[in-house]
Amino acid sequence: MPSPNSRNPWMFLLGASLLVCMVVDLYLIFEFAPEERSMGHVQRIFYFHVPSAWVSFLAFFVVFVASIRYLWKRERKYDMAANSAAEIGVLFSSLVLVTGPIWARPVWNTWWEWTPRLTLFMVLWFIFIAYLMLRNFVEDEERSARFCAVFGIVGFVDVPIVYMSIRLWRDIHPSPVIAGGEGSGLHPDMKIAFYFSLFTFTLLFVYLFVHRLRLEKSSVALSDLKKEMA
Amino acid sequence: MMNKVAVILWKDLLTEIRSKEMVFSMLVFSLMVAVIFNFSFPPGSDFIQDAAPGILWMTFIFASLLGMNRTFVYEVDKGCMQGLMLAPIDRIVIYISKLLVNFIFITLVELIALPLFGIFFKLDVLTSPGQLALVMLVSTLGFTIIGTLFSAIAVNTKTREVMLPILHFPVSIPVIICAVQATTAIFQEQAWSVVWGWTKIVIFFDVIFFIVAFWTFEFILEE
Repeated sequence: MPSPNSRNPWMFLLGASLLVCMVVDLYLIFEFAPEERSMGHVQRIFYFHVPSAWVSFLAFFVVFVASIRYLWKRERKYDMAANSAAEIGVLFSSLVLVTGPIWARPVWNTWWEWTPRLTLFMVLWFIFIAYLMLRNFVEDEERSARFCAVFGIVGFVDVPIVYMSIRLWRDIHPSPVIAGGEGSGLHPDMKIAFYFSLFTFTLLFVYLFVHRLRLEKSSVALSDLKKEMA
Repeated sequence: MMNKVAVILWKDLLTEIRSKEMVFSMLVFSLMVAVIFNFSFPPGSDFIQDAAPGILWMTFIFASLLGMNRTFVYEVDKGCMQGLMLAPIDRIVIYISKLLVNFIFITLVELIALPLFGIFFKLDVLTSPGQLALVMLVSTLGFTIIGTLFSAIAVNTKTREVMLPILHFPVSIPVIICAVQATTAIFQEQAWSVVWGWTKIVIFFDVIFFIVAFWTFEFILEE
């Protein structure tokens, strides 16, 4: 087991570029992007909200792929990857659920509305939480990895069906502004800020994921050492 | 394969006929939930009729979770799981037979509870029995497919009975929404196309999750 090297030049490069991107992103969001005509400054939360949602889906997708790989190859690293991604997924889907209502309060005049996408994220959040609970409530490591892999796959497959059923149920969420229908669309400067924010959040995901994975590896190495000593 | 399924199915049915544990507790539980739900509405309110389909399905799902929790408890606690796993059968045979057992018991409970519901909530539950039967069939199958799969996981966790609903509810939300909406449409005597719109999502769900369960169940029962 090689010791995790904190002076890895790639990690440093990743961290440094993330820092630069974050500062630039903040500038783009709060200075560069124009103020939205009807919603005012509160619209700027969109640049955090949508990228967080994107990262949640990305995390869920990583859980899904890693779970399949784990069941197939039975290598522990895939299970570690799934666990790390699930934790980040909880973080970002929580952010979505917090930033959404902050925006909705002045714009829709309500904190919470059972729109398909809000409901979907609530469900997504519950699935992630259930996933982490399952991981903690199974004592045997190999067993917990298998169970979580199955649940991760089932949960991911469930998402489109949840969306389909809630969408039929009711819909008042703003229609997609990106690649949406007529009358939707962003000011070109808003687009720059938005896509850059999307990129920055993705980079943040990669950074958190790599670090979380290293942490997981260290903690597994530690528990292996403890077992050897016992 | 069907012979093997039938053998396990018969074993479980026989156990249930002799003990009457699962069906009886599910039935008593669902009736109690129905009575308790009554207290959350002001006496004589019309609102209760609008909420009835939701209450009906909540009751069925709570009761079924109670029952499905027991799917593998006996097998694991009495050491029968080893026997089942050593038997020269595919894992999927175990899954399908357990799924059928759960489905039979839950359907039985629903059939007994439904008319009583009609009486308690002053609902004509038999406005279109064929449509209601279809909706109940596919929805019950939907949450049984998921519940049987997850009960095999939950039985091996520290918190057993608590774990099943936590795993089950978020995943079975499409079935809950569609079953409630379809049942509402039936009770309000809406067009068949409305009922079918909801029912087909449940069927879609059933098919997808049966395939997923078919493929993943063997990984749950491995050691």
